[in-house]
Amino acid sequence: MTTTAKSDAASGTLRGGPRRRRVREGGGRGAPLPLLVPALIGLAFLVVPLIALLVRAPWRSMPEQLTGAEVWQALRLSLICATAATAVSLVIGVPLAWLLARVEFRGRGIVRALVTLPLVLPPVVGGVALLTALGRNGIVGQWLDSWFGITLPFTTAGVVVAEAFVAMPFLVISVEGTLRAADPRYEEAATTLGASRFTAFRRVTLPLIAPGIAAGAVLAWARALGEFGATITFAGNFPGRTQTMPLAVYLALQSDPEAAIALSLVLLAVSVAVLAGLRDRWMTAG
Amino acid sequence: MTETHGLAARTAPDGLDARLVVDRGAFRLDVTLTVAPGEVVALLGPNGAGKTTALRALAGLTPLTGGHLRLDGAALERTPPESRPVGVVFQDYLLFPHLTALDNVAFGPRCQGAAKAEARAQAAQWLDRLGLADHSGAKPRRLSGGQAQRVALARALATRPRLLLLDEPLAALDARTRLEVRTQLRRHLAEFEAVAVLVTHDPLDAMVLADRLVVVEHGEVVQEGTPSDIARHPRTDYIAQLVGLNLHRGHAEGHTVRLDTGPAITTAEVLSGPVFVAFPPSAVTLHRSRPTGSSARNVWRCEVAGLETHGDQVRAALTGVLPLAADLTTVAAAELDLHPGAEVWATVKATQTHAYPV
Repeated sequence: MTTTAKSDAASGTLRGGPRRRRVREGGGRGAPLPLLVPALIGLAFLVVPLIALLVRAPWRSMPEQLTGAEVWQALRLSLICATAATAVSLVIGVPLAWLLARVEFRGRGIVRALVTLPLVLPPVVGGVALLTALGRNGIVGQWLDSWFGITLPFTTAGVVVAEAFVAMPFLVISVEGTLRAADPRYEEAATTLGASRFTAFRRVTLPLIAPGIAAGAVLAWARALGEFGATITFAGNFPGRTQTMPLAVYLALQSDPEAAIALSLVLLAVSVAVLAGLRDRWMTAG
Repeated sequence: MTETHGLAARTAPDGLDARLVVDRGAFRLDVTLTVAPGEVVALLGPNGAGKTTALRALAGLTPLTGGHLRLDGAALERTPPESRPVGVVFQDYLLFPHLTALDNVAFGPRCQGAAKAEARAQAAQWLDRLGLADHSGAKPRRLSGGQAQRVALARALATRPRLLLLDEPLAALDARTRLEVRTQLRRHLAEFEAVAVLVTHDPLDAMVLADRLVVVEHGEVVQEGTPSDIARHPRTDYIAQLVGLNLHRGHAEGHTVRLDTGPAITTAEVLSGPVFVAFPPSAVTLHRSRPTGSSARNVWRCEVAGLETHGDQVRAALTGVLPLAADLTTVAAAELDLHPGAEVWATVKATQTHAYPV
């Protein structure tokens, strides 16, 4: 079954490949085999698992699989937390991106590296780091607890914190790139018209970089939606409170693989929808 | 403190009084500018002379490292750009692409505290005054170059500045629009009651638009005066080239000016001491052999270094005892068989030269 899918995918690419190349290069020689073969293997490697998911999906029992209250609870929690994490990222991430792009200060390179670190950090390590910072005995968490009575670990708010920690760098990097590409002289023009630097940012820069912010927000949202390691480490796995879809999928896989596949399909559908939304920006850009 | 300041503001002369010093290590700008209200001054100079830096310093976008800046008696050196009564028309206009022409113009009044409706009403008036009422709803990318330039002017004027700055206001336009916009801009600048300073590298723009020219080279003022004065009495090679004159510097004794480089020029004026001698390329006559019957007092043997065609005219660049530019018709150039490297004799009548003290 998988083999059929593989050959399907490969032949599909063979048909699509040369046509696309002709458009780019205006015809000419074919791709050399030492490049073409690994390229097709790479493509199959990325596509086959997704096709397998579709092929092995329990289509007949799907309605029952997805009507359980727990599924919707997990999906709802996932959507709410990912959206909240994106909102948090926007509120503090966009100003951070502006700072990195527009203000020259000592150690800017180090700050940028620190912002990028969560991109490459294993999420589980992120979760442990969050516990040591915001846990009940963490260096910040103990004060949050004793002064305001706020506890973050193992709460829904904790899920949002964990997801924002992992997802915000995507937004910051994307917005900073857009800001760097935007002409800073528009801000200068605004200040000569009497706008303070903040007004210039709000009324001129922000509308100009809106597409970049939107793209960054979608990236961050998608990353937050799939977040697993930091979430389970920092917020645990309590159905209805901190059990998001990825956690539910993992849990289901232990007891009921069909349910896991069904839940995965839901997440795949959400991802495809996100990609469709970004189509104009990302798929035509390359 | 406030009172003395207020008193100073009342007794100090109106207009702009500035010495702009911007030190950037390798480059130093040091330009003194005094401009009366209602006067239009052009900073004219080659690229990299520091004109735009001077303009940015006036707007507060580049900090001064020295000197002073007073506008209508008030010191502005430490005032941030948003608080200066200064309007800027940028070279490529920098109209906000996401706002309509109306909202671009209303931006300034809004920042100055006007309510949205009030700001838009003011903006509509400005657009109307500049003949753009029909385009108030258009986004900048839908405007032609000339229209965008007027929207930029309206946007700068809508803040009611006491100092209007224009950076190469016509550079972004094509030749045909340029002619039309130049005439319009001249009219709008003539109506403007406060100080206007424009920056350009185009002598024609400067001479049409400005009452007074300040020529800047290498960060310094090399000459200033009315356009006609500067056109007649250039003091640097750059200006002489701009206005199309041959310019030489030497020492006068009676009718003879001995140039610093050796040769002498016979002039109509009687002067003594260091002088400039200027004459147009059209005053230079070329001959293939040494002229015998010519009444011209100045005869030099030269070599053609280059030829350039302008319509039915040819401008010949000559080297020899002194560098010269000569204009002749294409017919005459063909008859003389001019080509780079050709040996020619150049004559200039004394009556067509103009000598003036340094």
